[in-house]
Amino acid sequence: MSKRKSIDEINEKIRAGKAVVVTAEEVSAMGKAMSPSEVLDRVDVVTTATFGPMCSSGAFINFGHPTPPIRMEKITLNNVPVFGGIAAVDAYIGATEVANPHDTYGGAHVIEDLIAGKDVTLHATAKGTDCYPGTEVRTVINKEKINEFIMFNPRNAYQNYNVAVNTTKKIKYTYMGTLLPGLGNANYSTSGELSPLLNDPELRTIGLGTRIFLGGTTGYVAWNGTQFNTGKPLNNFGIPVGNAATIAVIGDAKAMNPRFIKAAYFEKYGVTMFVGIGIPIPVLDEDLARRVMIRNSQIETNIIDYGSGGFEILGKTNYKSLFSGEINLNGKKIRTAPLSSLKVAKEIAALLREEILGGRFFLTEPVALFPKTTGLNKLEINI
Amino acid sequence: MTHKRFVLTFPPELTSEPITYKLIKDFDIMVNILNADISPGKIGHLVLEMSAPGKVLKSGIEYIKGQNVECVPLEKKIFYQADNCIHCGSCTAVCFSGALTMSRATNEMVFNPEKCVVCELCLKACPLRLFSIDIE
Repeated sequence: MSKRKSIDEINEKIRAGKAVVVTAEEVSAMGKAMSPSEVLDRVDVVTTATFGPMCSSGAFINFGHPTPPIRMEKITLNNVPVFGGIAAVDAYIGATEVANPHDTYGGAHVIEDLIAGKDVTLHATAKGTDCYPGTEVRTVINKEKINEFIMFNPRNAYQNYNVAVNTTKKIKYTYMGTLLPGLGNANYSTSGELSPLLNDPELRTIGLGTRIFLGGTTGYVAWNGTQFNTGKPLNNFGIPVGNAATIAVIGDAKAMNPRFIKAAYFEKYGVTMFVGIGIPIPVLDEDLARRVMIRNSQIETNIIDYGSGGFEILGKTNYKSLFSGEINLNGKKIRTAPLSSLKVAKEIAALLREEILGGRFFLTEPVALFPKTTGLNKLEINI
Repeated sequence: MTHKRFVLTFPPELTSEPITYKLIKDFDIMVNILNADISPGKIGHLVLEMSAPGKVLKSGIEYIKGQNVECVPLEKKIFYQADNCIHCGSCTAVCFSGALTMSRATNEMVFNPEKCVVCELCLKACPLRLFSIDIE
């Protein structure tokens, strides 16, 4: 029987300062000359990371009660509407929310401003009740003045993602960036072999309660992400080709760092937020060793036409080609460009490694694992 | 031979002066028009790449300035807030002139103003809005 390690054993090594921790890129390079069994012997933890635009993000906030108390109903922060359909002074700031359809400042900017310690103007109105007589407040808040400020992102860290191209004759502005006409460029958005969910594609170690790096501080995996899909076809290396698993994450936004949470605006699409996520993968057995050794050349994804509206699959490529700056689609060479920052992702993977080596970050056993067989429903239009 | 890029700003009353013609004919400067926005009665802009021996180029620029036309090297007209860049690479997607590229060694976005043709696509492609061009 082949060797196995437990998470407890790895945590003991971390405590004793004896754990071997490498980044996913380092272990991919090691894998060229080593077998999974050798990697299992040498490495205890592999750190993975990503820093890309993730629209399905936001933060809960509790403002504290004013005198007289108010049951806030319509709420804005710096004029951006925030969701007030929960208890009196709680709200949810959606990252993509804007006051007017073409605004370039939105919920993500409010979140980044608050994380950076800036003042933000709160305006709230209410009908007034016997228990909450207040009908309007206008005041300036910041992260020191409020109570909780909890980032909760329902869908982050997509396991894999399409490459976007445009076959039409017009420039297209999409959430996959600006797409030049006539296959003028190809945009992609993952950190490849460094990407968290590509290093544990069956999510054997990433589940409910997994401790992670989120936005510059410690966070947790809160649930499977929305649109979690285990039904994507796997390639020869066990990697789902296309958008597959996702995670919902939670963490204390007050402790985050604006370097790792960055508001953004995609032309003619809208506001979104770059989220920095790092996940440690414990190398428990040969199977996980083989998984973390995955290389960019082995991770494939679909090339999709985002221009014509039908999202037609035009071909397949891998991250080695994408990272090289050029892919080949049916004989045509297309320039590639990333949308997620590999530089910052590498920084996160290195930071997480230092935290683990320094005995400040320990690994967790998932409280529950995520579903193994899920597909996606289409929205049926039935009235 | 020196190659340099300039932004020429024409006052409204001078747009009928055939400056590019004269640069070519009288000074023997190789002129490549990269971007132009000129309408009668309005302030006009012309982005030129000029190629000539250094001394010839200098006298050509003196001629342009003598015509009451502002002539500023292109790199002084492009503003890029490098300190705030997250090196995502979105801008490199649209830069067909190769002024914005990703370094494979450092994974950083590298901006080479010498190659910029002022197509202005990066202004919209940057999700952090870090580029601006001072052409009114």
